[in-house]
Amino acid sequence: MSDRIFGVFGLLLAGFYLWQASVIELSFISDPFGPRAFPYIIGVVLAIASAVVLWKPDTEPEWPAFSRLFEIGIAAAVMIAYAMFLKDYGFVACTTVAAAYLSWRLGARPVSAAIAGVAIAVGIYVIFHLVLGLSLARGPWGF
Amino acid sequence: MDTLASLADGFAVALTFQNLMLALVGCFLGTIIGALPGLGPSNGVAILIPLAFTLGLPATPALILLTSVYYGAMYGGRISSILLNIPGDEPALMTTLDGYPMARAGQAGEALAISGLASFVGAFFATWGLVFLAPQLVKVALLFGPAEYFALFVLAFATLGGIASRNQAKAAFAAALGLGISTIGVDGQTGVPRFSFGEVHLYDGIDFLVAIVGLFALSEVFIFLEHRAGGNGSDRSMKVGRVVPPWKMVRATLPAMGRSTILGFIAGVLPGAGASLGSFISYTFEKRLSDRNGTFGKGDPRGVAAPEAGNNAAAGGALVPMLALGVPGSGTTAVLLAMLLALNITPGPLLFQQNPDVVWGLIAALFIGNLMLLAMNLPLVSLFVRVLLVPTRYLMPAVAMISFVGIYGISGSTFDLVVMVAFGVIGWVLRKLDVPLVPIILGVLLGDQMEKNLRRAMTIHNGDWTMLFDSWLAIALWSFAIIGFVLPLIVGRYLRPKLADEPIAEGADPD
Repeated sequence: MSDRIFGVFGLLLAGFYLWQASVIELSFISDPFGPRAFPYIIGVVLAIASAVVLWKPDTEPEWPAFSRLFEIGIAAAVMIAYAMFLKDYGFVACTTVAAAYLSWRLGARPVSAAIAGVAIAVGIYVIFHLVLGLSLARGPWGF
Repeated sequence: MDTLASLADGFAVALTFQNLMLALVGCFLGTIIGALPGLGPSNGVAILIPLAFTLGLPATPALILLTSVYYGAMYGGRISSILLNIPGDEPALMTTLDGYPMARAGQAGEALAISGLASFVGAFFATWGLVFLAPQLVKVALLFGPAEYFALFVLAFATLGGIASRNQAKAAFAAALGLGISTIGVDGQTGVPRFSFGEVHLYDGIDFLVAIVGLFALSEVFIFLEHRAGGNGSDRSMKVGRVVPPWKMVRATLPAMGRSTILGFIAGVLPGAGASLGSFISYTFEKRLSDRNGTFGKGDPRGVAAPEAGNNAAAGGALVPMLALGVPGSGTTAVLLAMLLALNITPGPLLFQQNPDVVWGLIAALFIGNLMLLAMNLPLVSLFVRVLLVPTRYLMPAVAMISFVGIYGISGSTFDLVVMVAFGVIGWVLRKLDVPLVPIILGVLLGDQMEKNLRRAMTIHNGDWTMLFDSWLAIALWSFAIIGFVLPLIVGRYLRPKLADEPIAEGADPD
C-alpha cells in the first residue's frame, strides 16, 4: 500500500514537474536544444519509474507507531525553529536548546540532557569558533 | 617511468609538515567515524566537507584531510563489527560473520589485528592499482566528446540502479529526482530561471552540500529517533586481549588477503559497485574456495581477513573512475566528488593534465595515510574501542548540530538550513520506502554536467538526435548502460548481497 501511495505521489510530482518545465520562458538566444528539453526527459523518466512502482509494489515497510511519527515531526519542527531563531539568539543559546531536546528525546534523563546540550554547544563553539576560526551566528550577547 | 616520476612529485607535495598533520588528523577522525555505529564513510565525509570548505583550506590539503577520513572510516568500521556484532558501516557487515565469533572465543585482539592488517594489504595494493590504472583510463577518456560523456553519465546511473539496488524502478526514480533537483535555478546556457517559483533563494539552485548533509547525516538522526536506540550496553565490556597477531595466523590468512584484494579492487573500479559489494564478493569467494572444514561463520580468521581486504581494496578501486572520469560509482565516492566540486576542481582527464600536483599529491597522501592507519590501528585499538561507549543519545545531537554548523558556515543562510532539514525528512521517508539515496546525490551532482554535455553535443550537430550514437565509443557505452541496467533484472539476484535484503540495510550507511 505504501508503495502504491508513493507511486501515485511520484506520478503527481512528475506531472507537476513536466508542467513547470513547459512554462519555462524561452530566451531570444538559445541553443538548438533549449532549456526545456532536458527537464522533459527527466520528467518522463520520473513518470515511468513511478508508474512501475505503482504497478509492482514492494513488500510493505515497517512504519513506526503514530507516536514515533509524531516524535520525528516534532524533532523536524525543532530543527526548523533552530534555523529560524539562530540569528536572533545566537549560536550557543539555540544549540544548547536544540541539542538538549534531541538528547532528551533519544533517551537521556532531563538533567543529563541539559548538561549534554550545554556541553555540545560550548564544545562546538570552542573548537570551531575559537580554535578553528569558523564564523558562527552571533546573538545579542555576542556568542 | 612516467607514472613513477609523477608519483615521486606527488610525495614531494604530500610530505610537508602541514599535509602530514592533516593526514594524521584525518586518519584518526576517520577511524573514530567508522567505528561509531550510525556514522560511516559517506555521512562522515559529508559532514566534514562543509567544514573543510569553510575553514578555507586550499584544495590539496583539504583533499588529503578528507580522503584520509575516507580511508580511516573503512578501517574503523570493523571495530564495532568484531566487538559488538554491529557493523559500524555497511561495508563492515560481512566482517561480523567471523569477527564476532572470534571475539566471543576470546580472540578479539587477534581478530582486530588480522582485520587491521587485511585492511592495510587491501588498501595498499589497491592504491598501487589506482596509480597504474587511472592514467590508462585517462588516455581513453581523452577520446571522449560531449556525446560520449553524456553516454558515460547514463552508464553510471544505469549500473548503479541495475547492480547496486534492490528495485530498479526505485533507483530510476531516485536518479530522476536528483537530476530534477539539479535543474532548479538559472539555466547556465540561456540565463532563464527554471523551477524557482519566483523565490530568489532558488535562483542559485540548491547547493549539493545541503542536499548531501540533509540526506545522509540528518536522516540518520531521524532513524535513531524512530528507534530510540537508548540503552543497548549490556555486553560492552569485551576483553580485547593481545593485538599482535601470531605469525602462524598471518601466514594462514595471507592468500585470502591477496585474492580478496584483487576481487575487491575490480569490484571497486566497476561502476555501480562499491565497498559493500567488494567485501561481499570477497567473503563469498573465499568461503567457497577455502571453507573445507566448515569453520567459516564460526570464527575463522580468513573470514575476517577476506571481507576487510576486499572492502578496503574496493575503496581504492572506486577512486579510479572518480578521478579519471569524474564519474563516481558508489555513495562514498559520490561524496568525495562533491568535495572536489566544492573546491572548484572538476575531476576527469583534464585534472591529470592541468593539476597533476593535486592528483599525485592525493595519491601519495593515500600511501602515507595507509601506513599511519596501520601504525595507529594496531597499538591504539583499545582507544578506539572506548569510543564505542559513547551513547547515541549524546552522539546524535552532536552530529546534527555539527551538520548545521557546516552548512551555516558556507552561506550563513537560514533558507539553506531549512532546506537541509527538509532533505533530512525526505531522506528518512525514502529510506523507509527502500528508495536508494545514492542515485539522488549522483543526480544532484552530475545533472549540470550531464545537461551541458547533451546540449553541447546537440549544438555541434544542429540538434540531430542520432549523433548521440555516432561513434563506436558512444555505442559501446550505451550498450554497457543497457546491459548494466537490464541484465540484473533477468539474471536475477546473483550479483547482489543477499544480506542487504535484510532490514538492516534500511538504517545502514549507503555504500
